[in-house]
This record gives sequence, structure tokens and C-alpha cells, in this order.
Amino acid sequence: MSSTFDLSEVSLRELNRSLHEASSGTFRITNPRGAHAVAAGIDADIAVEVDGSVGYYCAGMHQVGSVTVNGNASTGLAENIMSGTVRITGSATMSAGATGNGGLLVIEGNAGARCGISMKGVDIVVGGNVGHMSAFMAQAGNLVVLGDADADLGDSIYEANLFVRGSVASLGTDCVEKEVRLEHIETLKRLLEAAGMSAEPGDFKRYGSARQLYNFHVDDIDAEVQQKVAK
Amino acid sequence: MCGIVGLFLKTDKYRPELGRLTALMLHEMKERGPDSAGFAIYDEGQPGRTRITLLAENLASGWVDQDWFDTAKKLEGVLGASVDVRVIHDHAVFETDGDGRLARQWIIDNAPELAVLSHGSQIEIFKSVGDPDLVASRYDLASRSGTHAIAHTRMATESAVTTNGSHPFATGANTCLVHNGSLSNHNQLREQLMRKGESFQTENDSEVAAGYLSWRMREGDTIDHALKHALEDLDGFYTFAIGVEDGFAILRDPIACKPAVVAETQDWVAMSSEYRAIAQLPDVEHATLFEPDPGKIYSWSLNS
Repeated sequence: MSSTFDLSEVSLRELNRSLHEASSGTFRITNPRGAHAVAAGIDADIAVEVDGSVGYYCAGMHQVGSVTVNGNASTGLAENIMSGTVRITGSATMSAGATGNGGLLVIEGNAGARCGISMKGVDIVVGGNVGHMSAFMAQAGNLVVLGDADADLGDSIYEANLFVRGSVASLGTDCVEKEVRLEHIETLKRLLEAAGMSAEPGDFKRYGSARQLYNFHVDDIDAEVQQKVAK
Repeated sequence: MCGIVGLFLKTDKYRPELGRLTALMLHEMKERGPDSAGFAIYDEGQPGRTRITLLAENLASGWVDQDWFDTAKKLEGVLGASVDVRVIHDHAVFETDGDGRLARQWIIDNAPELAVLSHGSQIEIFKSVGDPDLVASRYDLASRSGTHAIAHTRMATESAVTTNGSHPFATGANTCLVHNGSLSNHNQLREQLMRKGESFQTENDSEVAAGYLSWRMREGDTIDHALKHALEDLDGFYTFAIGVEDGFAILRDPIACKPAVVAETQDWVAMSSEYRAIAQLPDVEHATLFEPDPGKIYSWSLNS
């Protein structure tokens, strides 16, 4: 079953209600013209294709199934994605894949600032560059960047693997370059294949947590307090 | 929140429709700022002829149309030049061959019931509290032609919901600014700018940013240089759209929390908080789209 929703004729609420009621099938959405929350909260194994650029929170809270956007996306693309696949052919602005728990987010173009902020298990593959403070406070999952990363990559990162093929403007606090082991090459192979992108896994560098912010260090408190503690 | 739109027409093609297109964009930003709205329109004007846009915010307090003419008469004496008056609801546009900066200061000092929204040969500013669509229709935005426009829908955070707190803000000739964000060092900066001869009419943080740019440009900076200095001196969150006599500029703070998207075709450059405002424009499907980089100055000029 395939249905088309023209957002110049159908309301956003009507569209999302229909997508939430569906249990299977494919859906095409036309004329999104930057609308917010397009195909948010999908909870069934359906395939949604959007022709045109979307606004905020497209495919937010994505539970299962696939959403493909033939265009660009604004803030919060696939935020809190749990599983399934979200793909855009263009670029995404801020906070793509924020707090994602699982699933795969593919951005064929560039991602803006704070891509993968607080990611908790999602895999994100970006064909172009990512903006500043990407993977800020990342906790789990993989971020693969075929282009460059802007300043403060992985600031205050807990865990997660950040793979960057191009340059990194600067690493954030407690983020360090790490050895690429066989298991990481396997991860990269798997993710690049799933994303449909051709790149040599050996060309990527890996970054992750130095784990220096995990624990309290007595050296970090000032001398006066240290003296009081000593007494 | 707040919503920003800017439209800069590079060619003549859409200039008769500047107001209509700006109104379409403004409508899309209603949800980001339902408290109040305002817009600045730039047109070619007449050389040497200054327009001063004024607001009588408390019409209820008994301000009548005749008061505009009485004020203009007094101003004529100060300027030594005739002043024509055009009344538009609670706004009036004074036109004169006299000195615009002098006129602005005289009105601020002598007509406390009025606010000076703009002065310059090319610019007019209109603003009001209330639904942005109603604001646009009350001042007949859709019928305006011109070269560029910037507009704003406001969700107040740093000062009260009043017409005077609405954007755009202008303190210098033909220069105005709309702001999404909040500045944290505006009180200190306001004091410094007042010592350098800027005058302010509100407690609003964004007016200070406008005053800062006016001061820099009065000192001889180009808009690009003024914005370069602004990056060092303004502390806080901001996405700015700035209009000057012959151009249009955009600046986001280095953290860039506040959204912005830009689209450019051979005929126009458009900027907005969200793409949906830009999606209303003709030929948008062929536009080059990008998100402005943090801390990077973007500007366009009619003369380049």
C-alpha cells in the first residue's frame, strides 16, 4: 500500500495521525516547505519518503521503520531516535540525532553544530562535515564523519566512538585521539555499508573519552580547601 | 525565541513586491514571536531628504493627529527647514531637508511622548505589540516597494512587551538591527556608548547592539568592520540581521544557539530563523541554501 500526503492540502496533524495509525506500507509526503515535526513519533515498520526540506524535529522519537528526506532538515533531526533508519539527502542544521538511543541516522550532506549531542547509542553517519561541539557529552554509539569536524569535537564525552576522515578543528575537553583497532574497522565497514557510502575504513581516525572527568580528583580543588580537608 | 527575517533584493525584478514578500515571511515566523512585530523597509528615497519615523505609543493618552503637525512645526524652527508629515495610525513619518540626527535628538529631548524609530534617507520602521499579521496589515507592509527589508516577531524575555521593546532598533542614520537572543553586558555597554554620544530610548538589550553599530559606523567603520568589533565587545547570545543604507548583513555569536538559515538566488538574498519563511519566496527551489557559520560576518551590498 502506498499513499501520498500533500502538505499544501493536508494538515500536519492529519499527516502524523495517519502515519501513527498505519501498521505497514509506504508513504510519500510532498510540499513540506520547512514544516516542523514531519513524521515524528513513528512507531510501526512503515517507510516514509519526504520530497522537500523539513523544519524542526523531523522524525523525532523515531521508534521503528524508515524515514527518508529528499532535501534538508532543520534543528533536531531524528532527536531521540530509538531504532530504525532516518536518512536525508541534503544537510541538517543544529543538534541532529540529539540524545539518540539507537538506530541509524544518515546525513548525506553536512551536519551543523552539536550533531549527536548527548547521543546514547545511535549510529550517525555524515557524508560531509559536522559543526562545532558535535558529540557533546556523548554516552554511547558511533559518529562517523567523512568530512571535517569543527571546534570542540566530543567535549565532555563519556563514551562513544567518533570516527573522522578529515580534519578536526579542535578536540573538546577530555576528548582524545584513540587507537583504531580491528573491531573499529569492522564497525566502520558495517556503518559505511549500511549508510551506502564508499570510504576506506583505514582512512578514519578515532576519538573518544580520556575518562579524566569520570571521577573527582583531589588535585582539582584549590589549596585552601585541601588544607581544611587535611586538618 | 523570536523570529527574524531579512530580504535583500539584488536586482530590480522583485522590488515592487518587497513588502508583499516580507509579509509572507513574517507570517511564517508568527509562532516564534506572537507578542509583537516590526519591520524596516529600505527604498531608494531622495538624496538629501531625511525621513524620521516616529511612534506615539500611548494614543489613548490623548495624542491626536494635530499634535503631529504641532510637533513638526516646532521642529521646523529647530532645523531651519520645512517638515512634511505623513500620519499612519500611531506612527508618523516626518520628511525634511534638515539634519536628521539633530531632528532625532531634538524629538528625544523635547517630545517624551514620542519614540524615534528611525531616521535616514532610505529607511522607515514600523512596529507594534500584537499579532504580527495585524501589525503588517495595519502599516500596510504588503504595498511597500524597495530594495531590502528586515522584520522581527518578538517573544519578550529581557524587557516588557511594549511597542518600544519591539524590533527593529535603529539609533544611527539608515542603520537598523533585529536580534534573536539576549545580551548580558548591555547595561555596561549602554553607559559606555552614552558617553560616546549615543542616545537610547529603551532599556532593551538589542537597542544597545544597534547603538554599538551606529557608533562604530559613525567613527568610520564599514558594516563589516563594525561587526568584527561587535564580536569582541558584545557578550551574549545573538543572531543579528542588520540593514544599512546600501546593504544587508548577518552575524551569529560564536556559540550559535540561535537559528539562522540563508538562501541566495541571482535576484535575492533571504535570511530567516527558519526555512519555512524562505520557502515562501519565488524561485526558492533554485536557491543556494546555507546555515551561517558561528562568528562569521556575512554581508551584501547594492554597490557590489
